[in-house]
Amino acid sequence: MSIRERLSGNEAVAVAMKQINPDVVAAFPITPSTEIPQYFSTFVSNGTVDTEFVAVESEHSAMSACIGAEAAGARAMTATSANGLSLMWEMIYIASSLRLPIVMSLVNRAVSGPLNIHNDHSDAMGVRDSGWIMLFSENNQEAYDNTLMAHRIAEHKDVLLPLMVCQDGFITSHSIENIELVEDDKVKEFVGTYKPSHYLLNNKEPIAVGPLDLQAYLFEHKYQQAEAMRKAKEVILEVSKDFEKLTGRKYELFEKYKLDDAEIAIICMNSTAGTTKSVIDKLRESGVKAGLLKIRVFRPFPAEEIAKELSHLKAIAVLDKADSLNAVGGALFTDITSAMFVNSCNVPTVNYIYGIGGRDTKESDIESVFVDLQNIANTGKIDNPYRYLGLRK
Amino acid sequence: MAYNLKEVVANKPSRFTAGHRMCAGCGAPIVGRMVLRALKPEDHAVISCATGCMEVSTFIYPYTAWTDSFIHTAFESTAAALSGVEAAYNSLKKQGKLPEDNHTKFIAFGGDGGTYDIGIQSLSGAMERGHDMVYVCYDNGAYMNTGIQRSSATPRFADTTTSPAGKVSPGKLQPRKDLTKIMCGHHIPYVAQTAPVNNFKDLYEKSEKAIYTKGPAFLNVLAPCPRGWGYPTDELMDINKLAVETCYWPLYEVIDGRYVINYKPKNKLPIEEFLKPQKRFKHLFKPGNEWMIEEFQKEVDDRWNELLSLEELTNKQA
Repeated sequence: MSIRERLSGNEAVAVAMKQINPDVVAAFPITPSTEIPQYFSTFVSNGTVDTEFVAVESEHSAMSACIGAEAAGARAMTATSANGLSLMWEMIYIASSLRLPIVMSLVNRAVSGPLNIHNDHSDAMGVRDSGWIMLFSENNQEAYDNTLMAHRIAEHKDVLLPLMVCQDGFITSHSIENIELVEDDKVKEFVGTYKPSHYLLNNKEPIAVGPLDLQAYLFEHKYQQAEAMRKAKEVILEVSKDFEKLTGRKYELFEKYKLDDAEIAIICMNSTAGTTKSVIDKLRESGVKAGLLKIRVFRPFPAEEIAKELSHLKAIAVLDKADSLNAVGGALFTDITSAMFVNSCNVPTVNYIYGIGGRDTKESDIESVFVDLQNIANTGKIDNPYRYLGLRK
Repeated sequence: MAYNLKEVVANKPSRFTAGHRMCAGCGAPIVGRMVLRALKPEDHAVISCATGCMEVSTFIYPYTAWTDSFIHTAFESTAAALSGVEAAYNSLKKQGKLPEDNHTKFIAFGGDGGTYDIGIQSLSGAMERGHDMVYVCYDNGAYMNTGIQRSSATPRFADTTTSPAGKVSPGKLQPRKDLTKIMCGHHIPYVAQTAPVNNFKDLYEKSEKAIYTKGPAFLNVLAPCPRGWGYPTDELMDINKLAVETCYWPLYEVIDGRYVINYKPKNKLPIEEFLKPQKRFKHLFKPGNEWMIEEFQKEVDDRWNELLSLEELTNKQA
């Protein structure tokens, strides 16, 4: 029997970490992810977990310590947000290039500047090409479930890549909602034990990690990383199937909500999907064939699979909660339209930059997007594909 | 047991092997090798090394000069990465996930760039958190790996590529940072300053103490650079000796806050003796620049006298 609880997104992740019982957690506080190491520290101080908690002096050191711990042969986890991730940036690339399956909880928040502590996805978008697997979560349940699946995916011998579980700062991290937890022993069995084949602490087989890697080899090593990312897609689906057997909760690369018979659709990530679903339900009552494609797996990007689901649509809106400041749309938009082009899917598609710095995204905002999409579907015309939603003029 | 170089070399094979690409006449590899010789042969070590000469010359894929486990992450993350390794060891040991006969020691190496400057935050953090590790700074007094740029360890008046001695500038304008003292301010069990002199006795004994003192320890080791300092490669050991005999680089240790000066020269040599063989100080000997040598001497004297009084003060308290 699963356990019914009421937890915030941060609590849910902390509980998942408690159940995973990693060997090392190294973290530095930053709003809105601070609660995760806080809750976790209480588990450590009460002896609920076997973890060594390293209260580092910065996020740069948090990721460095996780790299050291994971390379040493331990399971290492951390949590951060926004500028914390920015400060880690150098080590983020090093973690993935060393093929260390570190798991991070990223509670999404706007990256400075100017300083803002509220939600958008500019932190995650800054590391989208760093070689980390990136899972996005609509609510506390998904943040919890994704965290439970994380190690199985990251530590798979065909993958060996670090993984971050994203959720929206404050919107889900601080909202208390109902949640179904898996029993401790079942989590333990599902996650399994970490058995690295080579590790620093193996005195029978010393290893060297992190070489100077010059023209003769770096290219091939980077190709191996890319291959691992390509293989990760299959592993994610495999682990998700096992998770469904355990919990009955189904996860794939993305979630389709009333998409199959839809004429117009929104593509987005994290909590906005919840708002969108609610609007879709209302629109459906009045006969508008609206649908949603919610990205769960952003890296590896399931380009082909997404494109296949879009060809029947008459108009699409991609919602980006971070502006790429490149004058031609956000990162998700670029990825989606690239996926569509390469897979010969020709549907009018527009981009909305929205929710920057925690600007509320209300049902009326999502409704206005669907109205725009109906116009595009009817006229086949797009005057400007690069749009803003909720921006004061 | 009294120290005997021949016995140490005969009984303890080098854990840092030949074939690395460090320059002839460089102080760093001899420091690295001697520090590791202080390990008990039965102990395993994990070495964390900062980006710098030592890293790029000893671990070029697919070759490594290190026989122990080794990790390089980045320039400034050496101590933090090693604190993660040490935390992993404690966690896995506690949980019975490592064999009982696994005894691992944790040693970090960084140059003065990676230690005094870009890595000081992660070093300070690791020392304050009390990880059982030794951080060894091989101090060659500038960013040598990138081509002799000034660091906060560069002595005043030294000619470097970012503090060149020119028509209106006498070389580096600022006095060098006293990192050893900053480390003492962390109130860790063992801090020492040493140099490879006198058959490596001081370096070896301090390394042994640092490695086998429970908790964090810091060693600041003089490691001259023939390219940056401008001396013939075969004069490395002479330069080390002059640094000690002039009290430019005093040999001392601070054990639980108590200062012990390990060598007090009977005839403290004038600083010119240390400066003269080095091209980076050539301009100090031009007519009209006598004031530079005077000020250099004053700085050395002031720091030496301060050290003497710290020794007196802390031993009185004890």
